[in-house]
Amino acid sequence: MEKKPDAFVLLHPGDNVFVCCHAVDAGSQVEIDGETIVLTESIEVGHKIARQSLESGDRIVKYGAPIGSATRAVARGEHIHRQNLASDYIPSHTRDKDE
Amino acid sequence: MKGYLRADGRKGIRNVVLVVYLVECAHHVARAIVTQSDSPDAQLIGFPGCFPNEYSLRIMSQLCTHPNVGGVVLVSLGCEGFNREALSVAIEGSGRPVSTLVIQQNGGTTSTIERGLSAVRDIQSQIDIVERGHFDVSDLMVGTICGGSDGTSGISANPAVGRCFDRLIADGAACIFEETGELIGCETVMADRAATPELGYEVRAAVEKAARYYETLGYGSFAPGNAEGGLSTQEEKSLGAYAKSGDSMIHGLIKPGDVPPGGGLYLLDIVPDGEPRYGFPNISDNAEIVELIACGAHLILFTTGRGSVVGSAISPVIKICANPDTYRNLSDDMDINAGKILEGAATLDEVGREIYDLTCRVADSERTKSEALGHQEFILTYKTFEPIGPACLPGRQG
Repeated sequence: MEKKPDAFVLLHPGDNVFVCCHAVDAGSQVEIDGETIVLTESIEVGHKIARQSLESGDRIVKYGAPIGSATRAVARGEHIHRQNLASDYIPSHTRDKDE
Repeated sequence: MKGYLRADGRKGIRNVVLVVYLVECAHHVARAIVTQSDSPDAQLIGFPGCFPNEYSLRIMSQLCTHPNVGGVVLVSLGCEGFNREALSVAIEGSGRPVSTLVIQQNGGTTSTIERGLSAVRDIQSQIDIVERGHFDVSDLMVGTICGGSDGTSGISANPAVGRCFDRLIADGAACIFEETGELIGCETVMADRAATPELGYEVRAAVEKAARYYETLGYGSFAPGNAEGGLSTQEEKSLGAYAKSGDSMIHGLIKPGDVPPGGGLYLLDIVPDGEPRYGFPNISDNAEIVELIACGAHLILFTTGRGSVVGSAISPVIKICANPDTYRNLSDDMDINAGKILEGAATLDEVGREIYDLTCRVADSERTKSEALGHQEFILTYKTFEPIGPACLPGRQG
């Protein structure tokens, strides 16, 4: 079997997210800190998944530093992005709507 | 390495003749002069506005006397607000040949283009004989910018540039990183790296100014593509961007047009001073590149995840691609594949060395991908700045 580098990396020991290094399909299994999780959606390169379950209002930590706060509860292994994470500083914008 | 020795004592890595329009009304004539000159070293820059602006005059003066520039042709309509006399005096004072063409005094479009072509040829023949002398890494000024960032930028290309910066600085070069609005969230760690506590205070104040400015405008410096590439928030983008600065001590805080007084790491504060006006601070990546060049940057290290293809007038742009998928898609535009770090095929240190080596070869005249493809983007708009305070350059007191 071809040996691939891990699909997800932990950038800093204090982080509660992993970053995707190569795209992974929905339904794939990933092992997070000893627990096997089935991904409910496909994850693209550069995107993040939760290392642990999170409550709304929890700080999301990447590079060992806060990158915003969870806006709702997040399950372990769930995709973390704009649907459940917001800046603690300033809003962002997309092509279709302001957020 | 060899560089072009200028009359003002500075050393360049290119020998460019700039054709400069001083208002949009002179743009077509200036562009025709450049196009018909048919030389990669005859390049077009300009300022579109008719209202006078101290910042744009200062930036234009710094660009026209940049070490990579050998001589300048100024193209004026005649009635615009730009102070062409002051610009011409600044260029002459630097020992560079300059020729001013005023369309209203030259019989219009056709004859001004003809005179412009002859002025470019004349200047080229004068600067073809500029001496090329020894050019050391300690003579280099390098700027860095990220554009089209995604979730890979902060873990491959940006930290690799940081490693390259550390090595350049150890060798005596001046390195500049920027966009305080894209450093929102990094102010505390960044201030701790400042050479003095007073400089640390200035660094923090610059980021706070950026946060206030962008808040008034309603958006951070965060494009839709950033989100598509996996970045969720401004501070996440910032932490990734910050990695470009490496680990060296921050020697100073400068503003657009300030030339670093010596080697070391400098933060460029690009957010205007005073009440927000004239709109977003830098409306696109090239506005930032222009400001880095106005600070004397000989070349630009440009990291991208989504895949920017731009280059620049005046200074070569080295494109470092963070995302392996983007690299495969846009390899003709990319000088360095940092995405291989994510695939386990290289380490950050190895790619950092690759960037350092290419930087030296480009300084020694090798053309980058964007140069070979003819990219010479340029944009300059309105801004206002107060001069930097004494705490901003602690190495240069007294």
